[in-house]
Parts: sequence; structure tokens; C-alpha cells
Amino acid sequence: MFLKSNKRGVLMKGFCRVVLVFMFIVLFSVVSLAVELDRSETLVITGAAWGPPSTWNILIPNRQMGTGGLVYETLFSYNPLTNEYRPWLAESGEWVSDNEYVVNLRRGIKWTDGEAFDADDLVFTYELARDNAVYYSPVWNWLGSVEAEDNYTVRFTFDEPHYAEWDKELYQRYIIPEHIWSKVPADKLIPRTNANPVGTGPYLYYTAGQDRMVWERNDNWWGNEVFGTPKPKYIVDLVNVSNNITLGMLMKGEIDLSNNFIPGVEKIKGVAGLKTWYEKEPYMLSWNTANLYMNTTRKPMDDSAFRRALAFAMNKHTIVDKVYGGLVKAANPTGLFGQGWLAYLDQGVVDEYGFYFDPSKAVALLDKAGYVDSDGDGWRDQPNGEPIELEVMVPSGWTDWMEAVKVVSNNAAAVGVNIQAVFPDTSLYDNNRFTRNFDLMIGNQQTTLTSTPFDYWNGVANDGIYGERIANGNWGAYDNPELFALIDEFNMTNDETEKMKIAAEIEKTLLVEMPTIPLWHNGLWAQYTNANWTNWPSEDNPYGVPVTWDNAYQLGMIDVLIGLEPVK
Amino acid sequence: MGKYLSKKIIIYLITFVLAVTINFVIPRMMPGDPIQSLMSRFSVMEGGREIIEEQLTLLFNLDDPLPVQYLNYWKSIFTGDFGISIMQFPKPVTAIISTAIIYDLILLIPAIILSWIVGNRLGALSGVSKRADNIMMPVFYFLSSSPYFWLAGVLAFFLGVQLGWLPISGAYGVSMNPGLNWSFILDYIRHWFMPFFSMFLVQLGGWAIGMRNMIIYERSSNYSRYMESLGASDRLIRSYGFRNGVLPQVTGLALRIAQLIGGAITVETVFNYPGLGRMMLSSVVNQDYFLLQGIFLAVVIMALAANFLVDIIYMFIDPRVRLSFSGEV
Repeated sequence: MFLKSNKRGVLMKGFCRVVLVFMFIVLFSVVSLAVELDRSETLVITGAAWGPPSTWNILIPNRQMGTGGLVYETLFSYNPLTNEYRPWLAESGEWVSDNEYVVNLRRGIKWTDGEAFDADDLVFTYELARDNAVYYSPVWNWLGSVEAEDNYTVRFTFDEPHYAEWDKELYQRYIIPEHIWSKVPADKLIPRTNANPVGTGPYLYYTAGQDRMVWERNDNWWGNEVFGTPKPKYIVDLVNVSNNITLGMLMKGEIDLSNNFIPGVEKIKGVAGLKTWYEKEPYMLSWNTANLYMNTTRKPMDDSAFRRALAFAMNKHTIVDKVYGGLVKAANPTGLFGQGWLAYLDQGVVDEYGFYFDPSKAVALLDKAGYVDSDGDGWRDQPNGEPIELEVMVPSGWTDWMEAVKVVSNNAAAVGVNIQAVFPDTSLYDNNRFTRNFDLMIGNQQTTLTSTPFDYWNGVANDGIYGERIANGNWGAYDNPELFALIDEFNMTNDETEKMKIAAEIEKTLLVEMPTIPLWHNGLWAQYTNANWTNWPSEDNPYGVPVTWDNAYQLGMIDVLIGLEPVK
Repeated sequence: MGKYLSKKIIIYLITFVLAVTINFVIPRMMPGDPIQSLMSRFSVMEGGREIIEEQLTLLFNLDDPLPVQYLNYWKSIFTGDFGISIMQFPKPVTAIISTAIIYDLILLIPAIILSWIVGNRLGALSGVSKRADNIMMPVFYFLSSSPYFWLAGVLAFFLGVQLGWLPISGAYGVSMNPGLNWSFILDYIRHWFMPFFSMFLVQLGGWAIGMRNMIIYERSSNYSRYMESLGASDRLIRSYGFRNGVLPQVTGLALRIAQLIGGAITVETVFNYPGLGRMMLSSVVNQDYFLLQGIFLAVVIMALAANFLVDIIYMFIDPRVRLSFSGEV
């Protein structure tokens, strides 16, 4: 302070002081309750939420993760490791005829506000979707009526039973309390925030902040006697941040479970004290299938011979080893994975029609189909002499996919097909995908792990392709009504032998026609540490599934919460 | 006086209308469709997607023709209702902004003002003392030209990861609940320090360099020499030099405050600090028109207000402007 502090300096200092005081006042006007969670009773997770908690409304898909599963529960839970359904809110359920399904509910379950849970709630959950437009309303396209026979028995009568879809419905539909939602006016069903949701589940809304959601254990949960008590008193779900921050927090023991994709985690897991499902490759369970989609409305992708040839040119193992460091599995040629789907895999079909990496075979197939270099520029041309200049797109910023798509491009170049990788913005990628505005692309939409392969097939080949926009998979607009009919038939068949036959037929068609080329199975990314909690499930101790993504808590995360042991 | 002000006000009004219009147009020129982007994350049963899309489109009035949307947008500016965020449906945009902006203010205002004060002092010292100049200038040049991302990364690495002194992410710890107790306040300050300090350092250099050059310029100007020949004390001359030299710095400060939110993007990304900067980035990525508009509007208003404030302040601190009113130049 070598200057004589003149009046202005004093003023400046005073001003600063005022500003600081003002800021502290502002800071403390927004803070409310004052408790520090006991870290030894708190489970900190991340990897599910992409934005600040804003709605707990179970009727819209972008609700806060955990609302479904921790607060609201389903009739059954599904274990993807054993392909088994476990009665949850239901005590049992069965098909009593070709088009009637009867559910018996558990007794003595209470909503967290003390009201009894009974058949009326289940009926209401479905009738709400019949009388209003919510995301599961389409179930009424094939459901006829839902009736309570007594307080704990509900009969579903179907106009057109979709057995496969119904199986999924049983473990994905969250049951809501009639006494609360029946009072909500129709136009408020969707915009309702529903903070402090009333459910039947093991956790309650505790608090929500800009970057976190905190759940508190519901000590009166009905499942305590049936399944056991969840160990964490609090669950803090942090909004996703960048990989390096997540990794740093994992290493410091600030985060216990991360469901993020962290490239290179296989190299540092030992040093950082991280656990994954498998000790060695592929480290992670599989979660969905990354497919190379080909736009069948453009040449030469409209030719199945070209598509199939391309499949033989693809070296999936380069992607698995070089791009992912072994964190993912190379895709089964049928695109199927997981117990529920593989139950319908016909290995004979795969052996006969499956594709594998064999550039010489790709070359032979291309030559045979007339895709030869007719103008001498080093690239193959179409049989009519038109050049082949294609682009394959993945969203910009998805670094692993960007690398993978370069492998695709190089593999194609190796057999003389010119495919350049392009990286549009995510929104543009989405838009192109919806409007068939691409040559090739990699996509994994609609291929998430479920209990029935119908979902996979319906995702890569369905008939929602005749309108202006494509919204539900089959981005390449592959058109094959016989195949679509087969897939629907699978959905509507309850006889296992018959289902196996249909499945084999579908698998064969997809392998011969190759509307998409399954490349790899993205992992159920999960890395966890023993800093605060132990007894995590793993390959050797597969009692649950450590997944906190939306719609997935009932796939075994509740079991994990029950099985964890605090580090004392 | 009135003429000066009314001229300024008209210019500001024109700027405001233009900025608001651009703010409306740009997000809508982005490729893609916000509802589709939101939907692309969900896997719902066949037919469910279309239902949700339809409802959201109606809720957000995105099916209105553009001129109608534009008029509604102007209406919202004067009623303070910016609609609801798409990404954080159904939270009102104003609620999101008012929550996030507090973090920005607590982080950035001290960083800007303190770096300005300290930078000016150090710069002035540099300007009059050769020895201080030789030591400090290289440091200032280094600070002002090093990329923020890199500097913040280095800070985070050493202070956060290597030494483990300070947290590297968030505004408060994972098991903390906001509250008026010492453990929370200390935790808050620990999380606040690194983002604050990195911003402080990066800006310090610029202010100091500017001030140093001003002081050297003022010292060699005629009035300084005249005072010197009259035998005025060195200290008096210096204080006059400082008062004149600080004028452009005041302009710079106001402009810095106007760019508060823009400057917040980098720091909040690096340290994952939940302020408006990070919110702005994610609203761009998620094509959240309404949130983006709300934030931009806040930025525009801040910039215009800051500039206006500078104009007013200049009337008091710059004799040249003050005298122009009374016509004696």
C-alpha cells in the first residue's frame, strides 16, 4: 500500500465490504435446514442424472432417476442375471386363459402416507392411462379391461394379448396411489412436479439441490421383512459431471458407485482401488447393442448383398480392444445378449448364416454382386458405374463412438468401399436419424437389456417407417412386412416351442438381410469402491445388479442396497 | 446533461431490442428439435413417444407460428415469466436462473473486484519502481496469457489431487446439506476457494499490465512534469497519475462485470460449479430454448446496465465528460 489512501480508496474499500456482506446475506437467505449426513450411512452414486432434479412425476419419462424403483414399485422385479421374475408388489400372477391374466397382490403394504395399498391402486394406474394420454397409454391398444375382483385380486382381459410386451410391463410399470392421483386434474398430470412423492418403496424424498438428489430410507418399508433392510440411510445421487472429476471423486472415496462410462478404467482400476463386475475382460455386464445402421432408402445400402458383404469387412475386435480396451463385448452376430434374449438364440442359425471378420469373403461377395472399381480410382463403384461415396455418422463428442466409427471407415476402405466418418452435433444426429437423412450411422437406441428379445427385434426392424419421421428404431427404414409380422407373432405367442421356431426364423432373416450390423455390446458401466461400503455384487457374488439408471432399479439395484455392508 | 443521457438511452433501447430479437432467433436456427432431443434419451413403449412429444409441444407452445412465439416472448420479458425449462421440465426458467445466479455472484464478484483492486495497486507499483517492475511483469504476462483451462487444471491437480487440500468439484461436499452452521460454511468456502483463486489469478495479470502502462504514460505527461518542476512531492504526483490512470480501468471493470456469466462458463465447467455458466452450456447442448433465452436475456441486461452505469460514473469521475455539459471544454 504505497499510495496515500485518498478518499476514493476508502470509498472503494467500503463498497467492497458492503458487497461482501450483501453476498453473505444472499447466501444464507437461500440455505434452509442444517444437517450433515453421516457419511458412514450414506451411499453416494452418480452416472444417472443429466440435469438438476426437477420433477418426480412418475408419469413422464424425464423424472428424477430413482423415483421409479426407490419410491414407486412394480408388480414384479426382473433379474437379468438369472432371467427370473420375482413377485414384488404382486404375490403371484398367471395367465388363466389365452387372454386373461390374474394378479394377486401382497397384503399389508402401505403407501408412505399411511394409506393401504390395494387392487384399486393397480386398476387406477392402468385406467389413468386409458382415460388420459401418458407414455404407457398404448398398452390399451391391446388391453381390453382391468378389473378388481376383490381387494387383492386384479384381472386383466386382453383384446389381443402381447405376451412378450406384457412380461416387460409386469416389471416396468410403476404403480401409483389412487387416493392422490385421482385428485389431480387431467391437465396437471404431466406438468405436476410431485416433489415428495408418495410411493410404496424403500426410500423417501429427502432433499434436492442443484447438483444432487438425496433420498432417505423409509424405515416402514414393507419389504424389510420380505427381502431385508436396505443398508444406506441416505442415498446421494449426484448429477453427472466430466469423467475426470468423477474419477477423481471415486479415487478420493467421495463417490461409492459410478454408472458412467470411464474410458481406460481397466488400466487404473487396480491403482485407484476400483471394482468392476468382472475382474478381467469385459469388466462390465452388457447393457445394449451398438448397431451399424444402413439407410436402405439410398443406394447401395438398399442391396442386402452389399450390406452383408460390409458385415464381413467389419473387425469388431479392433473396436473392442483398441477403442474400448476390452471394456465391451464384441456383438453376437444376431445382436442378442443377456440371459433373457439368448434363451431364444438358435446357435444353428448363427453357425450357418452368422458373419465374422473375413475381408477376403467381403471382397468376394462385393465382386460377385458387381461392386467393382470401374473407373480405376481405387474405390469400388456401383454395378451401374456410379461411384460409392458414403458417410457414416455418430454424435460429436462421443469420443469412444468417434474412434469406433473410424475403425468402421478403415475396415470398409480395406475392401475398397469409400465410407467417411462424420460427426454432427447430437441434435443434428438425432434429426438425421429421425428423417432418414444419412448413409450409415451407429445407434444403440431401443436395444437396451430387457426380458424378451422381442424388444431388440422390434427396435431394429419395425413398421414405423412409412411416415415422415421415424421415431422408434429401424432408422435405416428397412422394409420387410413378412419379418415385421414374424416379430409381432413372437410377441403374441405364449407357446415356448412355437416361440423358438419363430425366433430362429427371425434371426435367420436378420442375418441374411443384414438391415443392421451388430458391432459391440455397450456395457452396464459400473465402477465402485470399498472406501465406505463393501460386499458389492460381482461375477463371484452375483446377488444383485449395481445399476442406478432410470427404469433399472428393479433389475437388482434394490438387492444391492440390501446387500451392501458399511465399513465401520 | 439531459441531452447526453437521452442520447444514451435511445442507443441502449435500440441495442436491447436487437439483442432480444437475436436471442429469439438463434436458438431456433439451431438444427434439430428440442423435444426430439429430450425424447431421444427415453426408451418407452411403441407409441408412447409420440404421445409425450405431442403433449410437450403443446405445453411449450412450440406449435405456434413463429411470429406468435415472438410476440409471446416479448410479453414474457415484461411479465418476468420465461416459461418452463425443457431440460428441467417443469421448473420455471426464472426459478432456475435465480438459484444458479447466486453461485455466480458469490464466486465471480469477489474474484473480479479483488483482482481489479490488487491488480491496479501492483500495476501502479510496477509503473513507478524499476525493481518491482522487473520482478512482477514477467509474472503478470505469464498469468494473463496462460489459458484458463490449463491454469485451473494445474491448480486443481496440485492443490486438489496431489496435496489433497481442496475439493475439485461442486459447491459443497457430498454429505453436506446447506445450512447456517460452521461445518457447512467451512465446507462451502473450501469448495469456493479454488474456482475463486483461479479466476483471481487469471484476471490479475491483465489489470496490472494495463495499470502499469497507464502510470508510465501519465508520469511522462506534461502535467506530471509541470508538477515536478513546481517541486510537488513525488507522492502527490503519483496520486494524480493514479487517479487519471484508473479511468480506463473503471471502464474495463464494468465491462468485465457485464461479461460475468460468459466468463463463468469455463470456471464452472472445470470445477463443476453449479452456476449460470454451466447451466448455459447444458442448455445449449440440450437445446433448452427457454432457459437459454432467459440466461441470454440476463446477460444482455447485465451488459447494458453495466455500460449505462459506466456512462453515469464517467459523468462524475471524468472531468472531460462533466465539462462537456456546461460547454466549457
